[in-house]
Amino acid sequence: MSATLKVAGIDLVCAGEAVGDHEAVVTDASSGVYRKLTVRDGRIIGAVLLGDTRGSEALVAAVRAGDLVDDPLKALSDASLAGPADLPDSAQICDCNGVCKGVLMAAVTDGGCATPREVMAVTRAGTGCGSCRPAVIEIVAAAAGGLSDEPAYLCPCRKQTREQLAARIREDGLQSVSEVAAACATGRECGVCKPALAYLVSEVCANLHQEERDARFINDRVHANIQRDGTFSVVPRMYGGVTTPDELRRIADVADRYEVPLVKVTGGQRLDLLGVRKQDLPDIWRELGMPSGHAYAKAVRTVKTCVGTDFCRFGLGDAIGLGIEMEKLWEGLHTPHKVKSGVSGCPRNCAEATVKDIGCVAVEGGWQVRAGGAAGGNVREADIIATVQTRAEALRVATTFLQYYRENAEYKERTYDFIPRIGLETVREIVLGEQTGAALRERLRIAKAAVRDPWLERDDPYHPRQFSDLDEPEEGAGEPALVGPPAGAEL
Amino acid sequence: MNYACLVDDVPLGEGRAITLAGRQIAIFRSSTAWYALDAICPHLGGPLADGIVCDRAVICPLHERRFDLATGEALSVGEGVAAHAVEVRGDRVYVALAEPQRRAA
Repeated sequence: MSATLKVAGIDLVCAGEAVGDHEAVVTDASSGVYRKLTVRDGRIIGAVLLGDTRGSEALVAAVRAGDLVDDPLKALSDASLAGPADLPDSAQICDCNGVCKGVLMAAVTDGGCATPREVMAVTRAGTGCGSCRPAVIEIVAAAAGGLSDEPAYLCPCRKQTREQLAARIREDGLQSVSEVAAACATGRECGVCKPALAYLVSEVCANLHQEERDARFINDRVHANIQRDGTFSVVPRMYGGVTTPDELRRIADVADRYEVPLVKVTGGQRLDLLGVRKQDLPDIWRELGMPSGHAYAKAVRTVKTCVGTDFCRFGLGDAIGLGIEMEKLWEGLHTPHKVKSGVSGCPRNCAEATVKDIGCVAVEGGWQVRAGGAAGGNVREADIIATVQTRAEALRVATTFLQYYRENAEYKERTYDFIPRIGLETVREIVLGEQTGAALRERLRIAKAAVRDPWLERDDPYHPRQFSDLDEPEEGAGEPALVGPPAGAEL
Repeated sequence: MNYACLVDDVPLGEGRAITLAGRQIAIFRSSTAWYALDAICPHLGGPLADGIVCDRAVICPLHERRFDLATGEALSVGEGVAAHAVEVRGDRVYVALAEPQRRAA
């Protein structure tokens, strides 16, 4: 019924019908603003807001409710002054989880929540695509009578920030999540921050920490991505999206032998085997004989490439070559959130490198190195960190940015939120600075030296039951104990 | 009391699923105690045994609903799950199943 788009910095909200018996339009062509309200039989039936989406929540709610309107022009201008706090309680704020304004208000007034973070944790609003978070924050502020300056706590229960905990880990030489828990009492009460602590300990200790799997999300305990029915997906590493007939044969054989329900080409140029039982994972990895693609982890995932100069008649740079180099240098490094990359061999940009977390684009005379792109819930064009002359320089700048992100982003903060928070100029200064850059690369080198392919745990599990539940024999190969949605559950 | 598993069968700080008397149960070994809940999240069927376990709660791996390990009560939103008593005798773990929970129509 309504859609919100954010393409190339243009805001657009459309709801309901575009044509009625009465249309009120406000335009300002020089500012790229167009706002229209569509009315039929005296009721609001549609809205288009381009370039200026103020009041979109109220107008979309009015379209949904079919509100009566006397003066549509006045309704348009009133809406531009109204915020989410002026909406009726029945207005849906979070479209992913179906949370209305009234539920958010009640979480504060009746539920005892004091901060947007608590309200989001309790109601789940803002935890899907995240695009409604500004509205949630505004509503909580209205309900709570203002907001205190709440820092981004890594552990909200103990009110500890990432910086505080990192300093403690360094000063006291803490090596594991349980040592941090003993020292700071983090990760024990609600458990939500355990994966963030696990990442922080590993990053501060340059992967020389003591790994404790119970602090990791299930994906990082079994190195596969949990699916809605409790099965897992398996994505083997294919550097730069390049494969061989031999690898394809092995993948096909595994898919046949284990009756894999779905084989799918992913958006990151990989092959995904979906619907795999947990206890089959070690055998499948063994038979594939390929390293983990880390498609399940907050880690460097894929470097998508175009064919570059090898075959393409337009190619200016060796996209496959640089992409494979990037992927091998970064493989196995965990990151605050997933990192998707791309390398395009010319500005036609077939690898979509300008909407990746880290992307390189070959241009005449060199390479553009970009970061902070997105093509998910939001679309954001990546910022140019630098334009350099050689492939080696491009690899160096991209790698330096990766380490800067690994060390300074909040857990679950994507590059496209990280760069605007830090500021592009600061990012450039540190990443391109001779000494700061060299120090970042040295720390990445140390962290990378301790990386091991997690799929080798097929022969060296951390526990005899790493991959099995209690109905199955320890070595796997038992009857499947899959779970699915309960009968009658609403999807 | 149903015999479930050996203490060493469940890694510290994790859960594992098991079928006991025809019911799917998740057994948890938190850093402080043993717990057992119905294995399946009432939201959309997530496997609670694969969730993140802390001292007193488990988080469903699919959509992060949280449940009290001792009571099965939902700590975020929605319905709770049945909780079962656990007893550890030596190296063996036993579970006393609670009455199946009636689901509201």
